[in-house]
Amino acid sequence: MILTQQLILGVLVGALYGLAAAGLSLTFGVLRVLNVAHGELLMLGGYGTFWLFTLWQIDPFLSLLYVAPAMFVLGLLLYGALFQFVVQANEEVRIKNSLLIGFGLTLILHTLAIHFWTADERAVTTSYGGAVVRIGVFAVPLIRLASLVFAFAILTALHLFLAKTRWGRAIRATAEDWEAAALMGIPVGKTYLVAFALGTVLAGIAGGLVSVSYSISPSIGLEWTLKALIVVVLAGLGSLFGSFAGGILLGLAEATSVAFLGGPYREVMGLILFLIILVLRPQGLFGERG
Amino acid sequence: MLEVKNLEVAYGALTALHGVSLTIQPGEMVALVGPNGAGKSTLLKTIAGLLVPRAGAILWEGKRLNAVPPQRIVERGVALVPEGRRLFARMTVRENLELGAFTRRAQTERRAQIERVHAIFPRLFEREGQLAGSLSGGEQQMLALGRALMGLPRLLLLDEPSLGLAPRIVESIFSVLAELHREGMSLFVVEQNVHAVLHLARRAYILEGGRIVGEGEGQKLLQDDHVRAAYLGPLARGATS
Repeated sequence: MILTQQLILGVLVGALYGLAAAGLSLTFGVLRVLNVAHGELLMLGGYGTFWLFTLWQIDPFLSLLYVAPAMFVLGLLLYGALFQFVVQANEEVRIKNSLLIGFGLTLILHTLAIHFWTADERAVTTSYGGAVVRIGVFAVPLIRLASLVFAFAILTALHLFLAKTRWGRAIRATAEDWEAAALMGIPVGKTYLVAFALGTVLAGIAGGLVSVSYSISPSIGLEWTLKALIVVVLAGLGSLFGSFAGGILLGLAEATSVAFLGGPYREVMGLILFLIILVLRPQGLFGERG
Repeated sequence: MLEVKNLEVAYGALTALHGVSLTIQPGEMVALVGPNGAGKSTLLKTIAGLLVPRAGAILWEGKRLNAVPPQRIVERGVALVPEGRRLFARMTVRENLELGAFTRRAQTERRAQIERVHAIFPRLFEREGQLAGSLSGGEQQMLALGRALMGLPRLLLLDEPSLGLAPRIVESIFSVLAELHREGMSLFVVEQNVHAVLHLARRAYILEGGRIVGEGEGQKLLQDDHVRAAYLGPLARGATS
């Protein structure tokens, strides 16, 4: 019974892993650029939600209406200032340069966050923060359940955008073959820009949800980048729902290892899973590239 | 009209085209033949804007095309059907066609144009909902051609449209090209199948080692000693000869 309770919590945290990974997977899949500062962007989104709540008492779920567009603009700026120079290179150089830029960005954002907001751990504590939904004998924290539903809804909306709209299709086409996309008349630079900004929005929203359900501090970035990376490898590129499922799988794996091996082994389990998938199925569980 | 003047293209230190000049008149069908590695694909990619020339000029309807990004070139009516087709394999046939009409100019006529492409290639209508990657080679070439037509080109550049296809399918692709030519479209075709393309095209250029080494009427080139020896001899004889 305790195991089941742990697994439920695993699914709930996994939904956020999935959301964080979907953003990373989008930028990597479209731009072939690995943004290791993804976790820091998530941290920034978390602080956005936290301050909107603390200073103006804006409900954290509602605050995402402000955080999302702000993160979109931040994504546009970061692409314009940094990543647009990376995508001009060929693929191999792209990855290397994006790692360098990403690590630099990580340090800058981390330091700035400590400078402005101190290194304290923070969390949004709402009036309904302690509410619990009872399912049989199991207790499910309302906020975490709401976060899961929210994460799924965001990914569904993004999926529909990519599947049905002209620009969404242009982004998918660019992800598959940017040269062919250019030959169709698609402005590849603009699709890169939009995809990067959307990835930033996903990170920011995930951060907002993390600040409500868990806690944030300037140093959470690396941990979330790592989780997102594990999920991207686990799920493979090319499917948002694949990322979501992969996130939940990672959450479940962590919960299982906590139940049987104890808390300290939580991270180890994720990395072991990462290695197993890399060896046995390098394209990921739901990946489309063989 | 397309005019290429003294075009030089290099990949780093390696020069692929050494001062290539050629012209294509409106409504003309011109072939480009030459051995592997002569720079044929490089020339088409440069005209389509995927490569930036080191020197020389490309003029299309009187305006320079070099250093114009590829998406603008499509908008101006020059489309490339690239070597290896380069379809969006994980997207449906229908989505591939609609992406072909991405430019603003083509958007407005998308519906009518899809019907036209379906009329030319009924197969594409039958396979509308299928992923492009699941099509046969011939169907993929039809889709690549149909996708380019969606952009309403006035000049169509084709890179090896017959590569890897069965003779019967090559014949039907070539008859579609002939039909487009009759309707007034300009075509510039790179082909390994020299015999077939020289029968079809009124004029042809021969590209060797990054230089134009010959030019003439297709029918006459078929009689030319150098062409016969290099491209139509017993070793080079294509499937349709």
